[in-house]
Order: sequence, then structure tokens, then C-alpha cells
Amino acid sequence: MSQYQPPLADITFALEHVVGYPDIAKLPAFEHADLDTVVELLEQCGEFMAEVVAPTNRQGDTQGSLLTSDATVVTPDGFKEAYRQYVEAGWGSVPLPEEFGGGGFPRTVGLVIQELMTSANMAFSLCPLLTQGAIEALLHYGDEDMKNRYLPKMVSGEWTGTMNLTEPQAGSDVGALTTRAVKNDDGSYSITGQKIFITYGDHDMAEEIVHLVLARTPGAPEGTRGISCFIVPKFLINDDGSVGARNSVQTVSLEHKMGIHASPTCVLSFEGATGYLIGEENLGMRIMFVMMNSARLGVGVQGLAVAERAYQQSLTYAQERHQGLAIGATGPSSALIEFPDVRRMLMTQRAGISAMRYLMLLDASYVDISSNHPNPAVRARANEIVGILTPICKSFGTDMGNEFTSLALQIQGGMGFIEETGAAQHVRDVRIAAIYEGTNGIQAADLVGRKLGVRNGASMLEFLATMREVETDLADAGEQFATICQELGRQFDALHEATVWMLRTGQSDPNAVLSGSSRTCACGVCAPAPGCCRVPPWQRPQPATPNWRSPNWCWLVFTLSRCCHSPQVCWARQPLAPRTSLPWTPGSCPGPAAGS
Amino acid sequence: MENSALNIVVLVKYVPDAQFDRHLIGDAHTIDRSESILSELDEYALEAALALTDARGGAKAGNVVTALTLGPASAAVAVKKSLQIGATQGLHVNDDALAGSDAWATSLALAAAIKTLGPVDLVITGMASTDGETSIIPAQLAARLGLPQVTFASALEVDGGTVTARRDGDDYSEEIQASLPALVSVTDQANDPRYPNFKGIIAAKKKKMTTMSLADLGLSASDVGLAGSLTTVSAAAERPARTAGTIITDSGDAGIQLVDFLAAQKLI
Ligand SMILES: Cc1cc2nc3c(=O)[nH]c(=O)nc-3n(C[C@H](O)[C@H](O)[C@H](O)COP(=O)(O)OP(=O)(O)OC[C@H]3O[C@@H](n4cnc5c(N)ncnc54)[C@H](O)[C@@H]3O)c2cc1C
Repeated sequence: MSQYQPPLADITFALEHVVGYPDIAKLPAFEHADLDTVVELLEQCGEFMAEVVAPTNRQGDTQGSLLTSDATVVTPDGFKEAYRQYVEAGWGSVPLPEEFGGGGFPRTVGLVIQELMTSANMAFSLCPLLTQGAIEALLHYGDEDMKNRYLPKMVSGEWTGTMNLTEPQAGSDVGALTTRAVKNDDGSYSITGQKIFITYGDHDMAEEIVHLVLARTPGAPEGTRGISCFIVPKFLINDDGSVGARNSVQTVSLEHKMGIHASPTCVLSFEGATGYLIGEENLGMRIMFVMMNSARLGVGVQGLAVAERAYQQSLTYAQERHQGLAIGATGPSSALIEFPDVRRMLMTQRAGISAMRYLMLLDASYVDISSNHPNPAVRARANEIVGILTPICKSFGTDMGNEFTSLALQIQGGMGFIEETGAAQHVRDVRIAAIYEGTNGIQAADLVGRKLGVRNGASMLEFLATMREVETDLADAGEQFATICQELGRQFDALHEATVWMLRTGQSDPNAVLSGSSRTCACGVCAPAPGCCRVPPWQRPQPATPNWRSPNWCWLVFTLSRCCHSPQVCWARQPLAPRTSLPWTPGSCPGPAAGS
Repeated sequence: MENSALNIVVLVKYVPDAQFDRHLIGDAHTIDRSESILSELDEYALEAALALTDARGGAKAGNVVTALTLGPASAAVAVKKSLQIGATQGLHVNDDALAGSDAWATSLALAAAIKTLGPVDLVITGMASTDGETSIIPAQLAARLGLPQVTFASALEVDGGTVTARRDGDDYSEEIQASLPALVSVTDQANDPRYPNFKGIIAAKKKKMTTMSLADLGLSASDVGLAGSLTTVSAAAERPARTAGTIITDSGDAGIQLVDFLAAQKLI
């Protein structure tokens, strides 16, 4: 299997020219995180992920995590050591508050680190991802004592975290959970119940696991309004901060899964386990929402990251494997990359991956603006945009992750289907991302049900109007961009129409909006966002809009809103043009033709 | 003297990345350094130094690890990486006249540079550079500095004023002691080099990095470069591309042909 090469040129390009990172670095408290420093960090981080974490990916898949006879989980060979080095190198702490030992860097930077780690090994990366979710919940709602007790070691990565929402009868419907929490005399709670599908619910990479558990107190209201959030440490923490007695939470079994074999998915049984309330009773859902924005964007990045790794492998394969002779080629045989159809598959991946990366980083940059901009009005608006973009990033990123890993496999022909080459692992691994952290259907419902209606639709319509500013840039960009401009305009019109229809119909016929149309909107918004419309006819809003095709270059539209000279546009428009003929500096953004 | 702070110099070289194809350029038979990095073998030397100073309380306790490189402007990358990994300060000897220096001339300039650092307890080097691979710099340097030399150490300890090293041969292992100050070269078995820690990368930006010319070292152009070298490379050629393998067509005797081939290569 080919080695992972961190795509730092494209990432740097995205930071500098697409999401305007230099402006993020000017925000209060981010002054130390200038672009040069960040790029230096990311280079070293990329090297670490490629050399230390990436080599564990295959072993993790074939060996998987195992439950031993003494009910503890053993991770695959090499994981423990790689995690130890990860903690030592401190990569998890970069975007976390300095107060607890973090680097105080913007979320945007943290997201790139997440991409690099996830490309290296998605199953491995879940442990830090879940830890970060737990950290965020504690940061926002934990009391001082709790923060000081848990955060420093979680920020450093010495202790890891989990999120315990799901129960057999409570998946998408979190409100149906029944785990009980009864208050003890000393103010702690006694937690009893069974949680399923708990990622890294137990493992051997850290001395302590801090479970965040959703449960109900006696007499709590029905549904989501009656849920509280607790910390349940695997080992109780002594007053001096040392790790003490084992808490009564046990791993009952591990799931056998389609992918991410190395990530232990645990059934956890809580039998009167000691838990500590975060915030107040019945605040659980609000706390979960805090971490959900963060984790959902993180899961969207999984689609991007695994697609990137799969793409690199398919590119290498297409360059090395020779079959037949391409039309117009000379020599004994042609590499696969010479065939137009293979190029189409490569460029579809390449363009889509860039669009995903720009979209995710854009969302992250709004997260940073929403937390650090001095002007409250700008913060509030950024927060609205994060609300819109996050479910899109999650569902669009993971849908595309499925599609692109499958394309990467297709390029490798029969060998792609053979497990040894590793192409199949990417397809299997990324498949979960559209399911967990709120299925993509739930994301669509969130977008349509919650985000669309913000300020009676004004929030969304303003956002669309901002996107359309790119049309002026495109119109000025010359003849070369005329067809893009025209097609983009059509897509924008369709999106606008769909949005307005949903806003109008949402009141009178919410089911119509939520059934076919919820999907339409999830696709519709994210589509012209990165420019792809792929909605089946029956889901089209009325009147039917023309041309929901998905030409390749359409992926780039969103990118264009920030950077109208994106190289991918030209690649897409001149698929077979040699790279050197493109009007920007080589190396700033390597494309599918690189090295061919 | 036990566990007192140490002043260590680590030699770090900027070499072509072995992951890529390496090429020769020009008539002087020098190596193309466009895809270059800190020599992997020098990371073991740096790790050995950091392990010793970490155990003595690190920079806070007055320990100093100086990463020293000699090379063109781009070689500063090797020092920078060393600072990110944990060296306390950097010293870069850079002078156009140094181009083409052989081991003899290089060790002369390195010795002069080390002398500018005051009393040094240990000079630690890698076992070889991954480009020139002469392995002779450590010995020449020890001679020039008048230090005892302990080469190819696969384990290293310092206790009081004594350095103890293990050298592993093919069928024996020996333990060597020398009194400080001393020069030690370490093998790739000596330790597991650490990766730069993110805070180390940030901290490196504030660390002291000195650049010195020949004049700063009190040397003249004729002491080094091609003029000051005892050896010259008279010819160098890139390894020819691999030739195509032999394809045996089976007309009933393929097995015999295969065995004949293997026997001819003395493989069976
Ligand atoms: C490998 C793995 C790891 C996981 N890790 C964790 C973890 O660490 N912590 C944790 O708490 N959970 C975890 N989960 C659970 C995961 O979040 C749930 O599986 C997910 O939320 C979906 O719930 P469900 O499986 O019950 O599916 P269901 O809720 O039964 O959904 C089935 C289908 O119905 C649709 N659907 C359901 N309700 C609605 C609705 N209201 N509107 C529209 N469509 C709807 C869904 O979109 C889906 O297509 C994990 C799961 C897996 C497989």
C-alpha cells in the first residue's frame, strides 16, 4: 500500500487564499498563531502522522481491537506506542485553551491536524476526537473543580474521553434513553444502565478514561428535556489527583464491524457507577449540543480525510499500472492515468476533495470568528453561519467520502477489491461516518428544521446572497469562466427557489419539507455550496428547475466565492491540459496530473 | 560533579532525503541538495544528548545542547529542526569558500567552531552521514580537539566525569570508558529519536541561532574548500538504471533454466 503524503501544499493554499486564515490570526488571542508558524507546525505534524500513525492503519484493520477474558480491551499492535508518541508530541492540545496546557490555536488549525491524523488512521483518530468532544463539554459547563481535575490530563491526551448517548432503544431519538442517575448523600450520583456503540469505551492506550454519560434523574421530564450529563471516570480520582479505585463501569462486549476495526465499539454496563453532574440537572441536551457542532464538523472531516488517503493511493496506482495503449499515445503501453475515463475519476476525486477541504476549513474559520471576534454582531452572525454549515459539512463530507473512496477503488480495478491493497479498507472505514454523530438524515432535519427558520429564513437567505457575490467576480474573470458562471447562476437560482419553497411550505406542510425536501435541502445547499446538485426528480421543488446535473467543475463553486482563480476550475474545464499550461505557480496546488 | 549540568555539542548535517532519488550536479561531483533534511543518523546523536540533559534537569538546570552544522544557507534547516526537537541553541558555519571541502577541511572548520563555544563536556555525532558516509569526521574532530574518542556507541551513560559506552560488534560487545570531555559517535541502535513536540516547535522560534563565517572562526579560504582538502573526487557517476530482468519462456525446460540461473548467481 502506498505511503500517505500530507497534502500540505493544498492545505496551505486553502488557509492562505480560500478561508483567509491571515485574518483569523489577527483576531484577539490568536496573534501567536500567524500563518508561517501554523505552516511550520503543520509540516511537522504531517511528518509525524505519516511516519508514526499511518503505518498502523493496515495492522489496525486486520487485527482489530479485542476484548480479553478479564473484560479489558487490547488495541492492535503498535497503537499503544503510536498513541504514547502522539501525546508526547502534543498534537491534540494545539487548539485547546492555554489555561489547561493547550496551545490556544484557532479551531481552523485544529481541524487541519484532525484531517492529517484521520487520513493517517481514521480508527486511531477517533480516540482523540471523542476526547476533544468531552473536553469541550467540560470547558463550557464544568465547574472549576471539575475542570482542574480532568482537563489538564485530557488536554495533554494522557486521559481520553468518550461520549455515552446511545442505548438499544435510543439511537437517533436520544430522548428515549433510560439510564438512571440517583443522587448520593455526598452529592455524587449513582449511574445504572446500558450504553451501546461506545467508541473507545475501553482500551489500553491511556491510564484513565473519562466517560461523559447521558442519564435521567428520578422524576425528570420525558424526552430530551429530562436528560442530564455526567462524568463517570473509569477509575475514581483521589483528592490528590491520582488515579484511584475502579469505578463500576464494565465492557460487556465489542461489536464486529464493517470498518474502523481498530476502534473498539463497546457495550458498556453501568452498575451503580459513581458519576458527577456537569452543570445542572436536565441540562444534558444543551451540553451535548455544545460538543455536537464540534464533533459533527470533525466527522465531516473524516469523509474528506479518508477520501484524500484513498485518492493518493488510486493516483499512485493509476501512474504505475500499465494497460493497453491510450489513443494518441506512443510506446509499448500506457499507464492507467493516460485514459480519459481514469482521469475523469481522478479529477472528480481531486476537485471534490479540495471543495470539501475548503468547505470544512471555512466552517472552522467561522467557529473561530464566532468565538474570538471583538464585535458581538460579527460573532453572532458567524455563529449562525456555523449553524448552517456544520450539518452540511457533516452530511456532504461523509456522503462524498463514500463516493470518492468507491471511485478510488474503481480505479484500482480487481486489485481494489482485494483486501491486501488497502483500497477496500477506506471504503469500509468511511462508511460509518454518514451514520454516527447524527445520521445524515438527522443532519438534513437539523438544517431544515432548525437552521432554515433562523430569523424567519433571513439567516439562510443572507448567506445565499453572500455566496452569490462570486458571480460578479466570475463575470469579470473573462471568457474562460463564462460557462461556469452561467451554470453556477442556474444552480444558485435552483437553490434559492428550493430554499424559498421550503420556508413557505415548512409551516403548512412540514412533512413535505422534511420527507423528500429535507434531503433536497441538505443536498441543495451543500451542493451549490461546493457546486454539486444531485437531486432526483421526485425531490425537486416546484416548479421543477432545469438541469440538476453534476458537472465536475461545479464542485468548485463555493471555493470560487473566495478565490475565483482556483486551479481546480481549469483542471475541470480542461481535463487533459498538461499541468504546466495552467496560469498559476506549480506546486501551490498539486493536481491529479502531478508526477504523471 | 555527579549529575551536574552538561554542555554538549551535537553535529547535525543537512543531507539529501533518502526517500527521493539522489542526483549529482556539476563538475565538482557534488550532491543535489534540493530535497534535503536533517540527517536521520544525526537524530540519534541529538536524542542521546537530550536524554542526558533531560535527566539532569534540562535547559532550566543550565544544560546546553548546541546543534552545529556546516553547510550552505539552506543547511540552517538542519539546525532549525534540531532546535524544534529540543536543542538549546544553534550554530551554523556558512561560507562560500567552504564549498567542496572534504572531511579533512570540514573537520578543521568544525573544530574551530566548537572552540568558540567554550569548555564543552561532550561532542556527540552520528555514526556516519547518510550522503558522504565517510564516518571519519568524528575521529578527525577528536584528534583536532584533543579529545578521547568513543565511536559507534550503541548505548551511552555519563556518570560524574566519566562517559561509558557500549560498542556492539558482530559477535561481541564491549564497554568503553573515557573521561570527559570526550567525543562520542552513536549508532542507530542507541535510542529512539523523539519527534518534535508542538510546544518545542513554537519555542524553537525564540532560540538562539548563530551564523559564523570563516573569518569569525579565524580561518582563511585556503584552509578549506577544494584548496584545503586532502582528497578530491576524480570521477563520479550515477548508478545506471536497473536493467530489465530475464524472462524465461517455458518450452518444457523452464524449471531447468530457472535452476541454472539461480546457480549461476550463486543463490543456490
Ligand atoms: C461504529 C459506531 C460507533 C459509534 N459510536 C458512538 C459513541 O461513541 N457514542 C454514542 O453515544 N453512540 C455511538 N454510536 C451510535 C450512533 O450514533 C447511532 O448508531 C446513530 O445515532 C444512529 O442511531 P441508530 O443506530 O439507532 O439508528 P436509527 O435511529 O434507528 O436510524 C435508522 C434510520 O432511520 C433514520 N431516522 C431515524 N430517526 C429519524 C428522524 N427523526 N428523522 C429522519 N430520519 C430518521 C436514520 O437516519 C437512519 O437512516 C456509534 C455507532 C457505531 C455503529
